[in-house]
Amino acid sequence: MTTNPLLDATGVAKNYGAVAGLRNASLSVLPGEVHALMGANGAGKSTLVKILTGAIKADAGRILIRGKHLDVRSPADARRAGLLPVYQEPSLIPDLDVLSNLRLTGTPVEPFRAWVRELGIPNLDIRDTARDIPLAILRVLDLARALAVEPDVLLLDEMTAALPANLAEKVLEVVRRQGDAGRSVIFISHRFVEISALCDRATVLRDGSTVGVVDIEPGIEERIVEMMLGTRIEKTRVAARAANDVAVAAGGRTRLSVRNLQLGTKLNDVSFDLANGEVAGVFALEGQGQDELFAALAGSIRPSGGTIDVDGAPVKFSHPSDAIQAGIAYVPGDRSEALAMQRSVRENIALPFSAGLRKWGPIRMRREQVVVSGAIGRLQIDTRAQGEVQRLSGGNQQKVTIARWIAANARTILCFDPTRGIDVGTKQEIYKLLRELAGQGKSVLFYTSEMEEVQRVCDRVIVIFGGRVVDTFSVEEADEPALMRAAYGLPRGARADVGILADVRPASDAEAAS
Amino acid sequence: MTDIATMPRPVSFGRRIKRFMADRPLIPLIILLIILVAILQILRPGIVNERWLANTAKFAIPLAILAGCQTMTMLTGGIDLSVGTVATMSAFIMATQIVSQDPTVAFLLAILPAVLIGLVNGIGVGVFRVHPLIMTLGTSLIGTGFLQVYQRTVIASGAKIPDFLNWLGTGVTYGFPNALLLFVPVAVLIVFMLNRTGFGRLLYAVGDNERAARLSGVRYWQVITALYVLSSLLAGITGLLYIGLIKAPSLSLAEPLVLPSVAAAVIGGTSIFGGRGGYTGTIIGALILTVLTTLLTILQMPEGGRRILFGFIVLFVTAAYLRIIEDR
Repeated sequence: MTTNPLLDATGVAKNYGAVAGLRNASLSVLPGEVHALMGANGAGKSTLVKILTGAIKADAGRILIRGKHLDVRSPADARRAGLLPVYQEPSLIPDLDVLSNLRLTGTPVEPFRAWVRELGIPNLDIRDTARDIPLAILRVLDLARALAVEPDVLLLDEMTAALPANLAEKVLEVVRRQGDAGRSVIFISHRFVEISALCDRATVLRDGSTVGVVDIEPGIEERIVEMMLGTRIEKTRVAARAANDVAVAAGGRTRLSVRNLQLGTKLNDVSFDLANGEVAGVFALEGQGQDELFAALAGSIRPSGGTIDVDGAPVKFSHPSDAIQAGIAYVPGDRSEALAMQRSVRENIALPFSAGLRKWGPIRMRREQVVVSGAIGRLQIDTRAQGEVQRLSGGNQQKVTIARWIAANARTILCFDPTRGIDVGTKQEIYKLLRELAGQGKSVLFYTSEMEEVQRVCDRVIVIFGGRVVDTFSVEEADEPALMRAAYGLPRGARADVGILADVRPASDAEAAS
Repeated sequence: MTDIATMPRPVSFGRRIKRFMADRPLIPLIILLIILVAILQILRPGIVNERWLANTAKFAIPLAILAGCQTMTMLTGGIDLSVGTVATMSAFIMATQIVSQDPTVAFLLAILPAVLIGLVNGIGVGVFRVHPLIMTLGTSLIGTGFLQVYQRTVIASGAKIPDFLNWLGTGVTYGFPNALLLFVPVAVLIVFMLNRTGFGRLLYAVGDNERAARLSGVRYWQVITALYVLSSLLAGITGLLYIGLIKAPSLSLAEPLVLPSVAAAVIGGTSIFGGRGGYTGTIIGALILTVLTTLLTILQMPEGGRRILFGFIVLFVTAAYLRIIEDR
């Protein structure tokens, strides 16, 4: 009876307040199978994983392990049932050495050592404090720790994401052998190359529901992308914008020029230009290096290699104030990161004015009032609760973070997912504002995880995958299937019958071939 | 454009009062102060007179200035426990140096260690990110140590209180304590700085959300270093004022003021987590504490009982006050 699923979850649903995190997800894993779990941003992968591992409780649904009904209330329950996750964030306690960490979870030491060697780390000292161990190694240790207790179902979340190539190879090999040994692995990944090399089947999630379970075979990536897009494929192409908008963009001088930007394992050889009068989109799945790219451009972190030129002159940012000096402003996706919540709208908007040492003196209140109310008017911020920003709605808070840089007259605005979690009306206003800014010759770099926003706002879109710029589309080419394929690292123009699963080669080769 | 939250709905009287007070956080504090004075007057009829008022002001002023140091540092989420040592040092150095030095030189010698300690505090907190509690406690202990060493070198030469400080600390002109000549400008300056200058804005912003301040181009270490130097400078000046009031230089002169100065800021509505508060509340907080001390003194309780009661009242007042002003 090997066909009986080892893990069988059906009809799993979870609501966060009024928002449905999962509607109707199912996942069935056979013994000895490596099963891929796929889905675009916000499809519900992480919610499903959290439910399976007992981190959160489902509102509805049934989870069977080996045919037995299972009520996972805590990670310990899941562990006892033989289900063990390895998350993206390292889980060893930083201040303990490796051995104490193993004792803490009751992990047998000898099998752990054996797995560590197997995974390509021959000289680990288990007396080392976890804090001193590099991130990539920590992830491998997490995996070894999970393997050492011989779980029935191993759940790997983007296991290879932070790993250098040689370690990633070893990891994939070990995972494949897990399957051969009759154990099951749930493998979450955005990388088709890995999935094709490892997995037997894939479950695809979209908008909180399972939309398909497919066998992995050459050419299947097209079907998977289609499933992830769903019906949206039919309604792509939001009406093109007015022609003069595009004309302005074409004539702009280069404002920002990024060459070979390097940042640890997160960014790899990233190069692109941003022109005056242009909104350039950045599209990527979660965690492909976009956070680091924006942080580097905003002066929050220092890149380890590559150059950034502003208006043709090379710059090195060591603090956000350097970037601001160069006219580059960063609007983070998380509003709580950008706002002093207990302070007024006015103080929040005027904050950059006081930042420099020379501006610590008395404030010219009347002039400030004029500038601030100009920005408030331009963004139509609802100022009924302006005494404290925390009393504003999310949309109005986001407007305040942008208004700050309108008031400061920043020439380049880096917008990181500015419409996340805000109402439709405000979204429209923000789209309009970004277009207006471009119309005035300013430049905007706009990261979004929602594909339709690319069509609405951008002139061009850069797609990032695994820390590299994998493709650049003009807005005319950037329909949703094209974006989705590029975001998963699939080459442009490949046909189903010559899919990369059959032949793993860099995108340029495949393009030349087609 | 009406949504549920903004629709007018019947509001109970109690809630209306609460809302009123939440919008004007000073009013409940002033009411409390008046109540305390009234109790005092009832217990000892006739005690509240011109002389009492001047005396209360004299003792409240050093506390209020030190509480200003706490207010400013607490706005950034910090605290300055070294103010007691700094005030003591400047007072002690002044009193011993004035014997042999020119007054200006003595003043500079007295203020120098204050600036130094402030600088070390600021660099420790702002650059090396030591927790302000530990940093200022550490420099405070070091300062006290140095002062003990210093005491031995001047033990033979004796000490005296300069006439000017005597006049400033204890003198009363037309019923007004002379200390007001120092305090009023200082208070006006602090209030103005917090509300109307870029530096003041940054104190609030840094304390509310350091990341946001950083993304707006604020360099944390600059703000923090300037802040702790300013705080120490104020503490040093307070020490000079205080020696004119107490008239007995000792190595623990201003130490008993440290924790009350924190309490005054907290009672005055400044959040110890940063980003919220102001100096006017702190001034009233300092007055409340001073009146409370008088009140407990005339109750003729044993010292232990007085302290216990004092602690309870401070806790109760702070908790009740936060309830009132945090209307959510």
